[in-house]
Amino acid sequence: MRGAQRRAPWILLSPFLVLFALTFLLPVVYAVGQSFTAVDRRGLFGEGGITSSFAGFDNYARALDDPTFVASIGRVLLFGVVQVPVMIVLVTVLALLLESASARWPGFFRAAYFLPYGIPGVIASILWSFLYLPGFSPIVAGLGKLGITVDFLGEGTVLWSIANIVTWSYAGYNMLIVIAQLKSIPGEVYEAAKMDGAGPFRLAWSVQLPLIRPALVLATVFSIIGTLQLFAEPQVLRTVSPAIDASYTPNFAAFTSAFTYNDLGVAAAQAVLIAVAAFVLSFVFLRVVSRRDS
Amino acid sequence: MSTAPPDLDRPASGTPEHDRPGVQRGVTRPPAATRILVTAILVLVAVYFLVPVYWVVVAATKSTEDLFTTNGFWFANVQLLENVRSVFAYDGGIFVRWFGNSLLYAGGGALVATYLAAAGGYALAVYDFKGKNTVFGLVLGGVLVPGTATALPLFLMFSRLGLTDTYLSVLLPSFVSPFGFFLCRIYAGSVVPTSLVESARLDGAGELRIFHTFGLRMMAPALVTVFLFQFVGIWNNYFLPLIMLADENLYPITLGLVNWRAQVDRLPEFYELTTGGVLVSIIPLAILMIVLQRFWRGGLTEGSVKG
Repeated sequence: MRGAQRRAPWILLSPFLVLFALTFLLPVVYAVGQSFTAVDRRGLFGEGGITSSFAGFDNYARALDDPTFVASIGRVLLFGVVQVPVMIVLVTVLALLLESASARWPGFFRAAYFLPYGIPGVIASILWSFLYLPGFSPIVAGLGKLGITVDFLGEGTVLWSIANIVTWSYAGYNMLIVIAQLKSIPGEVYEAAKMDGAGPFRLAWSVQLPLIRPALVLATVFSIIGTLQLFAEPQVLRTVSPAIDASYTPNFAAFTSAFTYNDLGVAAAQAVLIAVAAFVLSFVFLRVVSRRDS
Repeated sequence: MSTAPPDLDRPASGTPEHDRPGVQRGVTRPPAATRILVTAILVLVAVYFLVPVYWVVVAATKSTEDLFTTNGFWFANVQLLENVRSVFAYDGGIFVRWFGNSLLYAGGGALVATYLAAAGGYALAVYDFKGKNTVFGLVLGGVLVPGTATALPLFLMFSRLGLTDTYLSVLLPSFVSPFGFFLCRIYAGSVVPTSLVESARLDGAGELRIFHTFGLRMMAPALVTVFLFQFVGIWNNYFLPLIMLADENLYPITLGLVNWRAQVDRLPEFYELTTGGVLVSIIPLAILMIVLQRFWRGGLTEGSVKG
């Protein structure tokens, strides 16, 4: 009996843990190992034999020496600094409006805003790539008739066209999270606020906002991680925008290093740098937020 | 990307109108001007979210020629059935195959992932054993590892094992949901009573049997959420199959449509195929999202509520 109870948790856990180790832990270890390894191919295609040796920080140095990779980091940072706050503010305003007494048909609007989440990012990118395309897009044509010429795919604009796709895809989902948290605010809190004579703005600012903070913080952290992983949107838009190169985002650069240049050491170093950056940025953000608390 | 995980507290939506704070205690209705203004804003935002979907509905009814020459926001010579037929017929019905592949990856992956996460989460919640906290901490760390950071090394590992370009290369990583594990652990901790497990034991039920008969049933609401998240996550995933698969016959629908999209410059008939294919591909998920809306719930915040 006791033996069965001692074994049971491990029997239940082991299938998950084995697969978790195979698909999460090992790849992380492998990537770190690969990033410190130099592969030497003798002969044009490695027919003279392939040897691996410890490379120290060589791969990292090469990754960071590449101006296009450094530029891609700067690009996603700029993207994140603008897109994430814009989306979070939009999400907060939409959630508060939908949960206010003034909103009509909240169920319909909630579903409409949430719908894009069910469309894969890459399909959303295909859709928007058509809507950005001059000579094809009814939006470009319509604006043209109003005398406004926009180039959604130009050097200076395409990053924000990507930001639009990302916002379109994920705002509704994040809004649902915020609404869930709004609904968890007990009714007494609202009653107390009403007794104190708080109007709708005061209610939103001093009662609802502080209480939905955990949801907003969480949405922000996941958006930061997501921003560093940008790939599908620029990859699809690349077919219509000459402003996008094969290392437009860090993740795109790692993909190109691995599959176009077959430079696995540098690709691994880039992947590790992305993961570390995601971790550091999330951590810093959480620290800043919690410091303000105390 | 940008996907924060779900919470189990309460339905995020589908709540009747009177549950909203203002309405419930709506002795003082907001002034008409405010209501009109708020609704106008909501309508404008809805237009933003719906326009691309509306556009593809219109576009899918058109010939490639009409796509270029007629107003994109209005119908011209409607040939929807013809377009849909050519989507299904192209290249011996490859689209249907991609669709089936997506269903297999997302459905099969999510089903197994949910079961494994349930078993693991239940084990952590119900039993006391050495190493419990280490396991939990390790898996929680997995929630924060960017998916694309593991995809590349995973490809290199799988290619050594000869696993790349197989169904398994996409399915195996899809079987693991650290987030589902986390959610199941929290949920099992709050809904599976120790007394019930004890009395089942006294009745002579084996440990695994207790999990399968009581545990799974009590965790059902959480399992639906975990399944949905994993399903949509896999369905929407692009990077992993892109890296793993070379054989078109194994493609999920995302990869297949990008392939079609990439050919429009050389072969204009692909405009027709791509818009038709995009429309057909988003219908099932759109229905799933709207019908099951109430199962989509909030964030990791659950952890801070129930500890």
